[in-house]
Amino acid sequence: MSRSDLALPGLLRGAARRLLGALAVLLGAATVAFAALQLIPGDPVTVMLGPGTAATPEVKAQIRAQFGLDQPVAVQYLHYLERLATGDLGESYQLQRPVADLIGDQLGPTVQLALAALLLAAALALLGAVATAGRRGALRTIGSLAELLAVSSPSYWTGILLLTAFSFQLQIFPVAGDQGLPALVLPAVTLALPVAGVLAQVLREGLESALGQPFTLTARSRGLGRPAVLLRHALRHAAAATLTLAGWLTGSLLGGAVLVESVFGRPGIGALSLQGTTNKDMPLVIGLVLLSALVFVLISTLVDLLHLAVDPRLRSR
Amino acid sequence: MARPAAGRTTLVLASALLALIVLAALAPGLFTHASPVETDPAGALTPPGARHWFGTDQLGRDLFARVLHGTRPSLLLGLGATALAVVGGAVLGLAAALGGRTADQVLMRLADVLLSLPPILLALLAVSVLGTGSVNVMIAIAVAFVPGYARIVRAETLVVRRSGYVESAVLLGLPRPLLIARHVLPNAIGPMLVLATVGFGASLIAVSGLSFLGLGPQPPSPEWGAMLSQGRSFLQTAWWIGVFPGAAITLTALAAGAVGRRAQRRFTQRTPV
Repeated sequence: MSRSDLALPGLLRGAARRLLGALAVLLGAATVAFAALQLIPGDPVTVMLGPGTAATPEVKAQIRAQFGLDQPVAVQYLHYLERLATGDLGESYQLQRPVADLIGDQLGPTVQLALAALLLAAALALLGAVATAGRRGALRTIGSLAELLAVSSPSYWTGILLLTAFSFQLQIFPVAGDQGLPALVLPAVTLALPVAGVLAQVLREGLESALGQPFTLTARSRGLGRPAVLLRHALRHAAAATLTLAGWLTGSLLGGAVLVESVFGRPGIGALSLQGTTNKDMPLVIGLVLLSALVFVLISTLVDLLHLAVDPRLRSR
Repeated sequence: MARPAAGRTTLVLASALLALIVLAALAPGLFTHASPVETDPAGALTPPGARHWFGTDQLGRDLFARVLHGTRPSLLLGLGATALAVVGGAVLGLAAALGGRTADQVLMRLADVLLSLPPILLALLAVSVLGTGSVNVMIAIAVAFVPGYARIVRAETLVVRRSGYVESAVLLGLPRPLLIARHVLPNAIGPMLVLATVGFGASLIAVSGLSFLGLGPQPPSPEWGAMLSQGRSFLQTAWWIGVFPGAAITLTALAAGAVGRRAQRRFTQRTPV
């Protein structure tokens, strides 16, 4: 039997396993969100109407029936799953609009911010890792220090520092808003820095381990210089290792957006989740939680499948 | 040769800084006589100088005194969140490791689900259920960090359980609760303390973040995150309001992280495999 005959069923089985796992995580996230809804103290209709409403018991009963809140929890749970399966995230208590529409409206600015931050972080990490891999001395110390600072500075503080320096003092970039490229620069830098710090560490470790491999010695003995070996050979190995971080990356970009959008007064998913939280607008918060679980699961499953396709050793697991 | 020495210098610096921070939390009056709440409208937004080292805020309050007096509430928030998360993680991790297959499966799948969400979003979900305020913010951050700790504790417990002395104790017929209390827990407490030290920085940054978003302690508390949040509107004229409280958060997190990672390295070296 040839190798490809064996490989295909393994690939399919592996892919099926990962897809099932992804579905299970999504179902779990939906269940956690439903449980959170049940955990809210007090009467759900009162919570829904907000404080200070003078609704009569009859009106409340009507709302209760309208939302199916008079049914047993198990029935409510099944209805809730059924609605989710059709993409219905319910309606925001506060804004009286479908949650899916609200999220759709705010998705653009956040995607823009996250992509810009991702590109910037990748560029910074690449630069830092290639410059310092396998070296000792001042450059390495400076590199490590910069990484440590980037990773441990809270983004709300870096954002304020950048705003102070570049918007208020030097007046290079606008203070707030989402209009045009200049307004994107500082938020993207703020969001990118911690991500770049982690990426650089992982990338450098990958480069250094690749530099210790026999193929590096072979390449060097063929007369290739250090930069050529690093860029042409070691980088490919190191990049594969950083791919496994994709899930973590999505999470930190999405989560970071909450704080960064608040610092810079940008609209977006992060600002929307803060608004939902302050207003106790559960359908909105839950919609955002589910969206973020969906994005995380999609991206990490995609990366898993890519790995599976590239690396046959993973198929048997 | 240079690296161990450099590591030691870092450790000494970080420990000294941490000691100062703890001292400031216990007795802020040792470092300043200025009041953190006394307002002085005439001296509002004074830049840093000899009289006010960190300048004054929009109400003329001395920022140096506010940062110092803010140490205690800020550290308490961070410590509380860390303690809750580590204890919660320990209970769930132990339950998963020792509670049989079903418990293990259920708890670890739940951890997978929670780990698929960004911690801050999980914390926001918790805040929307619990409401705002210091204690709720602490609980919310603990909820966000529990799954990570639970995983680590579970892995550690499985290692301890397979060790020779626990197997002998099982063979000697020791009942399970006694086994956990006498043999598993004492061996798990050291690593858990180390874990808490390493995790403290992340907790502090996260709680201060929620507090920065306006979900935590309310004014006039001089808590660092709340100070940052209040100072935001005055950044244009007074950079110092935003810079110093944030620096306090970052330095504390850095110092705790440096000490914690050092302890972690020593611990893993000493633990026989």
